[in-house]
Amino acid sequence: MENEVEISVSDLSFYYGKTKALKNISMDIYRNRVTAIIGPSGCGKSTFIRLFNRMNDLVPGTRAEGRINIGGLDILGTGVDVVELRRRVGMVFQKPNPFPKSIFRNVSYGLEVKNVKDKIYIEEMVEEALKNAALYEEIKDRLNDSALMLSGGQQQRLCIARCLAVKPEVILFDEPCASLDPVSTKKIEDLITELKKDYTIVIVTHNMQQAARVSDYTAFLYFGELVEYGISEKLFTVPADSRTEEYLSGKFG
Amino acid sequence: MKNSNISQKAGFFILFLCMFITLFFLGVLLYFIISKGINAISWEFLTSAPSGGMTEGGVAPAIVGTIYLTFGAIVFSLPLGLACAIYLTEYTPDNLVTNILRISINNLAGVPSVVFGLFGLAVFVKYLGFGVSILSGSLTLGILILPGIISASREALTSIPQSFREASLALGATRWQTIRKIVLPASLPGILTGVILSIGRAAGETAPILFTAAVFYMKGYPNSVFSEAMALPYHIYGLMMEGTFPEKQSQIAYGCALILLLMVLLISAIAIYFRQRQRRIYNGK
Ligand SMILES: Nc1ncnc2c1ncn2[C@@H]1O[C@H](COP(=O)(O)OP(=O)(O)OP(=O)(O)O)[C@@H](O)[C@H]1O
Ligand SMILES: [Mg+2]
Repeated sequence: MENEVEISVSDLSFYYGKTKALKNISMDIYRNRVTAIIGPSGCGKSTFIRLFNRMNDLVPGTRAEGRINIGGLDILGTGVDVVELRRRVGMVFQKPNPFPKSIFRNVSYGLEVKNVKDKIYIEEMVEEALKNAALYEEIKDRLNDSALMLSGGQQQRLCIARCLAVKPEVILFDEPCASLDPVSTKKIEDLITELKKDYTIVIVTHNMQQAARVSDYTAFLYFGELVEYGISEKLFTVPADSRTEEYLSGKFG
Repeated sequence: MKNSNISQKAGFFILFLCMFITLFFLGVLLYFIISKGINAISWEFLTSAPSGGMTEGGVAPAIVGTIYLTFGAIVFSLPLGLACAIYLTEYTPDNLVTNILRISINNLAGVPSVVFGLFGLAVFVKYLGFGVSILSGSLTLGILILPGIISASREALTSIPQSFREASLALGATRWQTIRKIVLPASLPGILTGVILSIGRAAGETAPILFTAAVFYMKGYPNSVFSEAMALPYHIYGLMMEGTFPEKQSQIAYGCALILLLMVLLISAIAIYFRQRQRRIYNGK
């Protein structure tokens, strides 16, 4: 399949107050591909992907420069409807954060806030989303139980289902497996591989093996700078930049 | 090692002692009120009006008046206080103006209640022309409990993890939807706690209603928000201070005190029941 650009980042800088957290980043992220963002703690990975759904708007005193083009729209522009943007660009967080509501209500939430009223449609969508998140079989008999009763791994898949129900084009994962055991991690990784058929996926991870396993492309960020970006296989085997090589060999991080 | 063990034991003992002393006084207080008040209480006491120049009959109008005033105070201050708390926590950034507002609200909580009474007299009774009435009294009590409602609500709102808000917004919810559907339901138990405390306070205060709502005796029951009302705390005060038959009247006063106590406990119990139910839902049981 040909590579089509889904997200085009050009000359992007980001400031927390006076601190420049991202420095002139330019890169293209491809449709139906998994793009991993790696780099040492504090290098700006979360800051970077939280720009794609304007989550950083919540942090006062921040400022972005440059452009992020998603599906033909410069999403950093002032007139952008962030609610609409967040429906197109979903996000799964590091710590599973289901709402203290039933499993069903968690998944239907995105439709509820979109004012979808058709009960049958909502039920169909919830079921489909849970199936696509590989959770349905485990919990189909207790859709009305509280989501907080689920295990950590199930909660994270519920958060993925919740995100899928809105039918986004892009899904951002910020260290989705950081708080999960290896079995749950494996399930999420398989799921991500499955999901890329229908979605463009950006995943932040600290785990090099994970990045190598699930991603097609990898970007290495270092102190807010995009050091290297390319096909994962290549980046992990023959990195072009010496800093990438040092990071991969565990010299810092 | 040994020394720290001893000091730990001493520490625990002192803590235990303090707790014991507190419980002791609470117990004595309850015993005192119950033993002195229980004899006055009867079905007639609860359901009929005073008679025989305040030496006989019941205190039903005062019970009704206290319920009206307390209810009015909550109806007025809960929406206002909650809105204020939501605005301060969810909408305004942490800046100078918000901080000044927060400090002012906290200071308002420390203003003596008689000052609120004078304010109510000047503004609601006189200036706005509501007269000595349930409306004036409720508004005055409402202002009195407003700071408590605001700070309890604020605390409840800020204790909701940011991750809930982020999750909701990331799913395409607006800020208002996030507040209404996620933040408020999750903070309800905390807000209810504030309401419980406020009910106790509003029901028991005398000074704010002294000039704004309460009368020592009235014929019949209040029939509109512009009626004056009898109220339990003021009734107790009147019975004890202005009596011609201190013996008989003080017994009625203790009866009133017991009823006031029971009313507040009952309302708290109901609110606690709802709070626990809400918590259970939220903890997934
Ligand atoms: N709200 C904030 N206010 C000020 N500075 C911040 C804020 N959030 C992050 N930063 C700073 O921006 C830089 C990048 O942070 P970011 O969270 O994006 O890093 P990260 O790569 O995701 O790290 P980690 O791997 O630990 O999650 C860090 O130096 C951090 O201290
Ligand atoms: Mg991060």
